[in-house]
Amino acid sequence: MRRIPIIVTAALFVLVSVGGGFAQTPRAGGTLVWGRGGDSVTLDLAQATDGESIKAGIQVLENLVIFGKDSMNVEPQLAESWSVSADGLTWTFKLRKGVKFHDGYPFNARAVYDSFARVIFKEHPYHGYGQWKYVSLSLAPVKDIRVIDDYTIALVTEKPYAPLLNNLALWLCPIVSPRAMAEHKDKIGMHPVGTGPFKFKSWVKDDQIVLERNPDYWGEKARVDRIVLKSIPEPSARLMALQSGTVDIADDLDPDSIALVKKNPKLAVIERPSINVGYLAFNTQKPRFQDPKVRVALSHAVDKETIIRSIFAGLAIPAKNPFPPSIWGYNDKIAPYAYNPQLARKLLEEAKFDFNSEIELWAMPVSRAYMPEPVKTAELIQSYFAAVGVKAKIVRHEWGAYLSKTQNGEHDLCMLGWLGGNADPDNFLYGLLSADTAKPPAANVAFWKNAQFTELCLKAQKTFNKAERTQLYLKAQEIFHAEAPWIPIAHSTIVRCYSKKLHEVPLRPNGLNSFQMVWKEK
Amino acid sequence: MPFGYLGRRLLHLGFVLLGVSLVVFLMLRMIPGDPARLLLGEFASAEDLARLRAQMGLERPLPVQYGLYLGRLLQGDLGQSLRNGAPVAAEIAQRLAATVELAVAAMLIATFLGIAAGVVSAVRPYSLFDTAAMLLALVGVSMPVFWLGLMLMYLFAVRVPVLPLMGRIGMGNEPEALTGLMLLDTLLAGEGEAFLEALEHLVLPAVTLATVPLAIIARITRSSMLEVLQQDYVRTARAKGLDESVVILRHALRNALLPIVTVLGLNLGLLLSGAVLTETIFSWPGLGRYVVDSLMARDYAAVQGCILVFAAILAVINLVVDLAYAALDPRIRIHA
Repeated sequence: MRRIPIIVTAALFVLVSVGGGFAQTPRAGGTLVWGRGGDSVTLDLAQATDGESIKAGIQVLENLVIFGKDSMNVEPQLAESWSVSADGLTWTFKLRKGVKFHDGYPFNARAVYDSFARVIFKEHPYHGYGQWKYVSLSLAPVKDIRVIDDYTIALVTEKPYAPLLNNLALWLCPIVSPRAMAEHKDKIGMHPVGTGPFKFKSWVKDDQIVLERNPDYWGEKARVDRIVLKSIPEPSARLMALQSGTVDIADDLDPDSIALVKKNPKLAVIERPSINVGYLAFNTQKPRFQDPKVRVALSHAVDKETIIRSIFAGLAIPAKNPFPPSIWGYNDKIAPYAYNPQLARKLLEEAKFDFNSEIELWAMPVSRAYMPEPVKTAELIQSYFAAVGVKAKIVRHEWGAYLSKTQNGEHDLCMLGWLGGNADPDNFLYGLLSADTAKPPAANVAFWKNAQFTELCLKAQKTFNKAERTQLYLKAQEIFHAEAPWIPIAHSTIVRCYSKKLHEVPLRPNGLNSFQMVWKEK
Repeated sequence: MPFGYLGRRLLHLGFVLLGVSLVVFLMLRMIPGDPARLLLGEFASAEDLARLRAQMGLERPLPVQYGLYLGRLLQGDLGQSLRNGAPVAAEIAQRLAATVELAVAAMLIATFLGIAAGVVSAVRPYSLFDTAAMLLALVGVSMPVFWLGLMLMYLFAVRVPVLPLMGRIGMGNEPEALTGLMLLDTLLAGEGEAFLEALEHLVLPAVTLATVPLAIIARITRSSMLEVLQQDYVRTARAKGLDESVVILRHALRNALLPIVTVLGLNLGLLLSGAVLTETIFSWPGLGRYVVDSLMARDYAAVQGCILVFAAILAVINLVVDLAYAALDPRIRIHA
């Protein structure tokens, strides 16, 4: 009989041990230390262009709408719902009630009006207090803002523009306290006041930014008490800081360092496909690249898998379309141009390509996530072209000059890339490849003017039904593939390395996340 | 008293700074790279670029830009950062204290150890100590600061964690920023533990930064001392029966100090101009990183402001060195 209590006790012990290993209870409290590669420039996100500013600012500031936790689908945030008028010109937003800014000012339609109007209307009293940078990516389509009542606001666009909702989810459209804007004026970037789960506490330049939990947050309260964003510019030092426990999260580590992190039992890594693309654009204005057969031939000459292995250290996927699979509307049915030097040579001969002339291959002078080592990549591509008999000379310019010259069409082929911040296919397709953007200074550095492709993009801009827009974009990608104005090279993988003491660490494809739900073991 | 001399030197300083402001203004604009385009990068539309250039005032003719800049400068306004619109003077002030603290700590280490090593080497030339010291000096001058810093960090902050990895003080222990000098602020706040913590944080970056000047000072001290020890007055001092330490320190070293003081001044000026590599490795929030980041972004106002501050610092150091000459050598007179 004595055995029964022992058996029961043992069974209970096993159950508790096993059960305890399955799920840990989130714990409130603690300080999350985040090691970044640099300091923020400004915390007024309407003026921000750099990732470090955005990473810090989005903990404090919120938008009308936001991208999902691990995706790029648009969800409500300070706006509970929205509708679009029949003519597609007026977007009406119903705002969340009972929300306050960190300084106690009530969130309402007036706050939304001031936050947006200061960016686009020169006559707004706060317009002169900032440098509004990427307006074309955010609020440029808006020509009027109407406060309907305290909790209803309407944005009126110049013409129907379906991607506007995605624009509003960008960091560039935060809602800032009008009281703070009036008080801090041109120093609002040093004193951000929003509605977010964290409040701004202090900022020692080039050292750290400290944010504290907002106990009055309208949604689920943040779990950690504090976030300290440390500026650690040297990647090796950042890795050592993560390994030693000085920081809990380290961003932007080198690929070799990521391999070390993966081997460390105390550390974890998340990887996600990002929303960027690195590409090689043909200047289709130049006679030798006007024939699509030449472009398709050279597409067969490039070994993208080797580029990914040796340049991206495996942290990328080969690209076949102008935008990555993490964005809706991606045409996965398209068969990529396989690496086939023999076929490339054959197609070039059929197109009567002049093998005696030398082409200029322009390499970016700066490193980007979508092109981490541009010169080495250019050298690899140069060798692939040489293997099919095409002589290429690598040309380099200072970055500003590189952008100016490529936008004026001075190149034969140029390397570039794009980060589709608003995760809408329009951002890539219309913005980088339509006939409208092929005029100098051109965003369409292939200077490719395909009327049918452009027509599909314009139609999709005015279509508010996502399924219909998807069909238009699928077709557009088929045209792109057939004509090959680019050789899309890769979509990089975004990586976050962190201590296993942290739980529920998020990672969006654009790398920008609120750390509201992250919790830390004692 | 050379008040007239001081006044003349300060007047010279004014002209020097004016000249520096013009040269730097022109040189920055000769470097390829448009600040607006660098800020916005490949994601800029033509409208965004035009708007930002107008906001930055880059559309105005160069003489107008310089005139406006000079007008503000004469009122003590170093302008606004093109990157974030913050006053450049405030941005520099926040970082200058950190650089001063690091540079002075490094110079103190380099000066005491360098002079000591140089004196001992000169007094015992070609001995084992001399050979070892000069060899170490050669290694110190040749070793990349970047590599040394990372190695020290790995050895003493990760492998055998006796010192902190980075920063100026532990998180949450920052004192009220009265002077911006962490050691002084913790002392003024009466926080002994925080003072020790700030000192611990200073060790690795200061030692890293001190390596090259220490090597230079040791070698200069040795050669200067060797020359002075051959002089007749040293032989006389010894003949008079003075203690050897008195002969070395009071008679020889004092007379050997002139070239050493020159080197000290030069090195201090260089360190105060920003030790960007050391600051980068140890995440030290100083002026070196700021000026390099500003240059890369073509933040004209920030770079101009920093260089003016560096020029002023160097001019003041040169003045102090010149006055020190007169103090060290009575034969040198300051003429008003």
